[in-house]
Amino acid sequence: MTRHLTAGRETAPSRPGHEPPRKDPGRPRRGWPTSVSGVLARLLVAGLLGGIGILAASPLAAARSWTGLAVVAVATAAALFVYLSPRRPAAKYLIPTTFLILAFQIFPVVYTMSLAVTNFGDGHLGGKQDAITAIETASVQRTPGSAEFRLTVAERDGELVFLLADPARGLLYAGDGTGLRKLAPSDVTLGPDGRVAAAEGHEVLTVAQAAARTGEITELTVPVPGGAIRSQGLSRAYQGTAALRYEKSCDCVEGDGVVYRADPEQGRFTAADGTALPQGWKVTVGTDNLTSALTDPRVRGDVLGVFGWNVFFAVGVVVLTAALGIAVALALHHPAMRAVRLYRTLIILPYAMPAFAMLLVWRDMFNTDFGLINWLLDTRVDWLGTPSTARASVLLAQLWLGFPYMFLVATGALQAIPSDVQEAAQVDGAGPWQRFRHVTLPLLLLSLAPLLVSSLAFNFNNFNGIFLITSGGPFPADDPAVGATDLLITYTYRMAFGQQGAQYGLAAAMSIYVYLIVAVLSIVSFRRTRAFKEVDR
Amino acid sequence: MRGGLALRHLTALLVTLFALLPILFVVSAALNPLGTLSSTTLIPAGAGTGNARRLFTTTSFWTWYGNSITISALTALTSVTVSALSAYAFSRFRFRGRRTGLVALLVIQAFPQFLAIVPLYVIFSTVSDHWPAFGLNSVWGVVLLYVGGQVGVNTWLIKSFFDSIPRELDEAMLIDGASHHQAFLRVILPLSAPILAISALLVFIATINEFLIASVFLTGDDSRTLAVGLYGLIAGERNSTFGMFAVGTLLTAIPTVAVFQFLQRYIVHGLTAGSVKG
Repeated sequence: MTRHLTAGRETAPSRPGHEPPRKDPGRPRRGWPTSVSGVLARLLVAGLLGGIGILAASPLAAARSWTGLAVVAVATAAALFVYLSPRRPAAKYLIPTTFLILAFQIFPVVYTMSLAVTNFGDGHLGGKQDAITAIETASVQRTPGSAEFRLTVAERDGELVFLLADPARGLLYAGDGTGLRKLAPSDVTLGPDGRVAAAEGHEVLTVAQAAARTGEITELTVPVPGGAIRSQGLSRAYQGTAALRYEKSCDCVEGDGVVYRADPEQGRFTAADGTALPQGWKVTVGTDNLTSALTDPRVRGDVLGVFGWNVFFAVGVVVLTAALGIAVALALHHPAMRAVRLYRTLIILPYAMPAFAMLLVWRDMFNTDFGLINWLLDTRVDWLGTPSTARASVLLAQLWLGFPYMFLVATGALQAIPSDVQEAAQVDGAGPWQRFRHVTLPLLLLSLAPLLVSSLAFNFNNFNGIFLITSGGPFPADDPAVGATDLLITYTYRMAFGQQGAQYGLAAAMSIYVYLIVAVLSIVSFRRTRAFKEVDR
Repeated sequence: MRGGLALRHLTALLVTLFALLPILFVVSAALNPLGTLSSTTLIPAGAGTGNARRLFTTTSFWTWYGNSITISALTALTSVTVSALSAYAFSRFRFRGRRTGLVALLVIQAFPQFLAIVPLYVIFSTVSDHWPAFGLNSVWGVVLLYVGGQVGVNTWLIKSFFDSIPRELDEAMLIDGASHHQAFLRVILPLSAPILAISALLVFIATINEFLIASVFLTGDDSRTLAVGLYGLIAGERNSTFGMFAVGTLLTAIPTVAVFQFLQRYIVHGLTAGSVKG
């Protein structure tokens, strides 16, 4: 049987590689079970790990993705090694967590940080060559005398393909978003109208199928040297010439008498008068994003305002929910109270309702014209329309969602406070208020502290709580980038995925700041709430 | 004393009213025969099942419902299993990097996962190309993503409970010749039922309410969850679909309440155990 007694004992911490020498030479190797079932179980798990590795690897091998294959191989080998090695008993239990955290926490965070030093965003999504192709194809215009084709729309592996017949020269092509390929006449059947009726490896769309995808067909441009082929209707295509053309010698784009020079720092082509082409490419901008949040006066003003409200919101929600939760728990905590169970069941109900849906319901209850609040108060206030009422509204909704849980935990904590403490205070002559202020409340807060801390961290980034009610609004007329109820996280979200041009690089930099704030917040507060002592237990 | 009791009842009544008003509003909207927001009052003018019928026939509501329950239950189960394993390692073993690991879990999970949606999307589109069963629009893909986002918090929660179980109990088993697995399965896990229940419940509720990640990764009509589907219902035209939305909201509360009831015997104990330590 396995024995890792030293590993589990506090007084004699085991260190890998420093195991005490074995006393019993008749025993098998440390770490391997002796019973048949034990060995079988271990072989089964090892086989399972290997099997998962092979299953995961086979599509990668088929796709010749060597990097992916290497990752899978290393991961499987590491898992097998840890599981079969007798040395590190703790590591076995940590394998799943480690893999999950690496894949879904660490990789995304590192990737985000790497984007933060780029100008990644709308108009800066790909490489320079992609930008040049995009510029040239976007500027394609039909010129008199340009080549014409008979078009058949087909599909290959789910992607649209243009099958083109050039009757004048008797040539056949297949073209898609990546370029033009010649087709061998032996693979193609021509129809009576000179169009391709069938082609090897392609599935020709019927007129109805093609009509349903007209939008995609109109969008599709097949790049060819010096221009591109586009469709005109569903049965004809033409080759147009690009009005803008990239010149390698000057690293610039020329057209209509204007020269747009490549600007490697901004990742775009700029003309002498300062106008830039909309399609650019991704370049590293260094720490520009990180510093502009602190130095650019407009961004800095926005961020400071948002940060102030964010702190107010998080603290406000915690204080309000805790105060109401504790107050009700105290009100119900009396031996002579009747119907406590009924009250408790009803007060818990908001916690059972789906939060995302109830936030949307709150949004509609604040509606000016037919919301419940205005109906109850017989007013016509535009609650979500002015900054102060909108802020009060999101706080009220959050209070409603959050206080039942506080109440539940406070009830449990109250019952856990021993009555002799109360009695001792009473004997010492403390009045009811003094007993509450100096005995009950401190004990209650002590036991609620971890919950208050996690509630603070959660509400600091309470995306749904804001986004589903106000979406960050109301927005001032002169600055649509920042609204009165915006938290840092909704502000950043709009920056990254908003309608007015995604600036993902800047948003990634912002999210690093948000991350640092929350990380520091949780470290500091966990340090204060004894959690770190447990680390050393 | 009489006055004190009356004051207690008054407080409790007022707070109960505050807790119930929005729910009453939703119930009333669900029953409202007109099914619009503008005609909804606190006390329903009439009662009809028209909203429910409209919801079931014009949308894929039950598909969303099934997806939500499958995803939330799988996430809760997987998350508790994985977190309990690592919590056991952190609670009962002493190894190099233990302290770093614990602090790292705490710090890493402070990063809001959905801000990393672009990298996550990159991962998932790669995965979709090779293993469609775990890629975009797949149940297991988002389940693993959710578990990865919550495993740190849950490890901490469960570990602090494991720490409160006297070591003598499992050490006695080890001395008797049992393996760590046996000590974990037969001593630690049964004694930790309350915290495992509360942790599963919290993950279940968080997952069924999750909107943003689901709205990016589960876009196919067959793979949508309740949050995405119901949001879509009132995203555009709010007024006329409010009754259907209210019916959906009430039905969404059922699994939460059911899980809550099912785990209730552990919960009051577990809630305090999760927060009241030592």
